[in-house]
Amino acid sequence: MITESIGGWGVVIGILAGAVRGGTPFLLVSLGECLTEKSGKINLGLEGVLLIGAMSAYAVSYQTGSPWVGVAAAGIAGAILGAIHAFLVSRPKVNDIAAGIAMLIFGSGCAFFLGKPYIQPSAPQLPAIALGGWSSIPQVEAALKISPLFFFGVAAAFLLQAFFRSTRWGMQVRAVGDSPAAAQALGISVPRTRFAAIVTGSALGGMGGAHLSLFYPGAWTEAISSGQGLMAVALVIFARWNPVKCLWASLLFGGAQAVGPSLQAVGISTGYYLWNASPYILTLGVMILTCSPKRTLIGAPGALGSSS
Amino acid sequence: MKFFSRTFPLIATLATATLCSGPTRAADKVVAGFIYVGPKDDYGYNQAHSEGCRGVQKLSWVKGVEEASVPETTAVQETMRNMINLDGASVLFPTSFGYFDPHILKVAKQYPKVQFVHCGGLYTEGKHPANVGSYFGYIDEAVYVAGIVAGHATKSGKLGFIAAKPIPQVLRNINAFALGAQSVNPKATVQVIFTGEWSMPVKEAEAATSLINQGVDALTCHVDSPKVILETAERRGIFVTGYHANGAKLAPKGYLTGAEWNWSKVYTDYAEAVKAGKSLAAGTIPHLVRGGIKEGFVKVSDYGPAVTDAAKADAEAAKAKFLAGTMVIFKGPLKDNTGKEILPEGKDLAQQALELESMGWLVAGVIGSTKN
Repeated sequence: MITESIGGWGVVIGILAGAVRGGTPFLLVSLGECLTEKSGKINLGLEGVLLIGAMSAYAVSYQTGSPWVGVAAAGIAGAILGAIHAFLVSRPKVNDIAAGIAMLIFGSGCAFFLGKPYIQPSAPQLPAIALGGWSSIPQVEAALKISPLFFFGVAAAFLLQAFFRSTRWGMQVRAVGDSPAAAQALGISVPRTRFAAIVTGSALGGMGGAHLSLFYPGAWTEAISSGQGLMAVALVIFARWNPVKCLWASLLFGGAQAVGPSLQAVGISTGYYLWNASPYILTLGVMILTCSPKRTLIGAPGALGSSS
Repeated sequence: MKFFSRTFPLIATLATATLCSGPTRAADKVVAGFIYVGPKDDYGYNQAHSEGCRGVQKLSWVKGVEEASVPETTAVQETMRNMINLDGASVLFPTSFGYFDPHILKVAKQYPKVQFVHCGGLYTEGKHPANVGSYFGYIDEAVYVAGIVAGHATKSGKLGFIAAKPIPQVLRNINAFALGAQSVNPKATVQVIFTGEWSMPVKEAEAATSLINQGVDALTCHVDSPKVILETAERRGIFVTGYHANGAKLAPKGYLTGAEWNWSKVYTDYAEAVKAGKSLAAGTIPHLVRGGIKEGFVKVSDYGPAVTDAAKADAEAAKAKFLAGTMVIFKGPLKDNTGKEILPEGKDLAQQALELESMGWLVAGVIGSTKN
C-alpha cells in the first residue's frame, strides 16, 4: 500500500485520530477516578492499576489467545488492586493520598515483576472497529480504525452521567461523597458504598490498561503508561467531576500527545520538546487555573480529601 | 577484630572483598557480570547485550551473571559490589550509558583488581581509574547497509527515522541511513521524528503513524526498544528495518533487514584476555575497543522476503567493502541539510575520526533539525 502524502491535513487527522487512540486510556481511568472521588475518596494508585491492567490483559491474551478474556482479566486485576486500596482507606486514620501512592508503587512493582516473561512474546490484539470504509484516503481509513474500548468508554461516560443524576445508587454515591454523616443518617452504609465505588473505578482503570497493551500502542513494556494514570487524576478535576466532561477532556489530552509527532512528520521540528510536553503543560495549567485557597471547586464532592 | 568490624563495617567489607576478588578465585573460572538498565528481552539494546552474555557463556570456563532493570543510581553500585563479593566476578560489563559517571568510577577505585568495561566510550586516560575501559561498535556501518536496502524498497522515496534524542551517536545513524539510501536512490529523503525519550511506546507509535500518514513507506528507528515501531509498521503494511536486535519475528512481511550488535564476539575477546591474565591496569587490555562489520562487532540481519535481488546485490557489495576496510561512509563533498558544507571535495572521514563522535549535523536529504 502506497500512502500518498496529504500534507497539512495529516496534522489535523493525526491530532484527531490521536485524540481517540491516545485518549481512550485517559477516558477509562478518569471515569474510574470520577466514580471513586464522587464517593469522597481519592485513588492515586490508578497509575499502578493502569500498569497491572496492561500487563494482565497482555499476559492473558497471550496465554488464552483471546484478547477479550484479556480485557476481562485487566478489569479483574484492577478490581483486586482497588479492593486493597478500598480496604486500606476504610480503616480509621488512613490517609487516602498516602495509601494511593503506596498502591501506585505496589501496583507497578507487581506489574513489572509478573510481566517479565511477557515483554518479548506478541499477544493477539483487540480487533479494530473500522468506520473508514467509505473513504478512499488511506490516512482517513487508518484513523477511523477505532478501539472497541473507546466505544465502551463513551458509553460508560454517558451511563455514569445518568447514573449519578437519576438512579438511586448514583444518588447514594453522591450523598456519601458530599456528606457522609448525612448519608449515614439516611441508613446508607458509607464504607460499603465507597468500597463498591473504588473497586468499580479501579476495574475501569484496569481496562484502560488493556487498551494500551492490546490496541494502541499494542505491546507490554514497563514504560507503557508513562504517567498517564496520574494525569487522568488531574483530568477529573479539569472535568469538574462530570463524566461527560471527562470524555471531552480525555480527547483533549489524547490529542495533545499527538501534536509533537504530527508536526515533526511534516517537517515542523522547532520546539518539539515543548510540543511533546504539551499534555504535562496542560495538566499543570489546569491545576494552576483551578486552584484557589479561598473556595472549594464547583462540583467537588464535599467530603473529598477529608478524613471522615 | 570484633571492635573493628562493628565500628568500621566499611573497612571490614573492603577487606573481605579484596580477598574474594583475588586471583585465586578468578583462576578456575572467569566470572563475568552483566548489568542492564531494562528488561533483557525487549527486542532492543538490553536484549542485544543479554544475547552477548549467552554467547560468551558457551565457553565452558566462563560463568556469566546477569542483572536486569538496574536503574542508573546507587543501585548499580550495589549490584556491582554484589557481583564482585558474592559471585566472584573478575570482569564487569555495566552496559548503560549513565552507569559510568559516577557509579563505575567510584566502585572501580575500590576494586582495583576487577576489570570494569563500559559500553559507550567515555574513558579518558589519566582522569579515570586504570582498571576502567570502554568498548563500542560502529553500528552506523550496518545502518548504512540497511539504508541501501530501504532505498531500494521505497516507492514513494520517503523514508522515516524515529529517534530518541539528537545526540551524536543517533545523528550518525540517521546520516548513515540517509547516505546508504541515497547511494542507490539519490532522490530519497529521510524524515526524522525525535521522541525526546529512549523508551516512550505511546509516542513511538504516534510518530510511526504520523510518518506513515505523510507517505513514508520504509521506516527505521534508534530507540531502546524498536518493538512497537516494528509492529506498527507491519500493521500499516509498510517496510521497516530493525535496530539493536533482530526483529524479523515482529514484522514477518515488512522486515527488510536491520542493524544488530554482535556483543558475543566482544565479550568473548574480553573473557579470553582476562583468562590469559591480562588486565586494563597493566595495559595488556586496551582501554578503548572499537570495531564495525569488519571486526565482527556489528552485523546485518538476514534479508526479509520483500528484499529484491538488486537490493541484495548492492547491500552485499557495500558489506564486502566494509569487510575489506575500503568503505567510507562520510566522504566529501558533503553538505548538511541547511546547505552548509561539511566536507569539501576529496576529504573523507574514516570511521575512527573523532569528528564523527561529536557530530551535530544532518546530511542533505534529511528533513529534521538537531536543534530542539
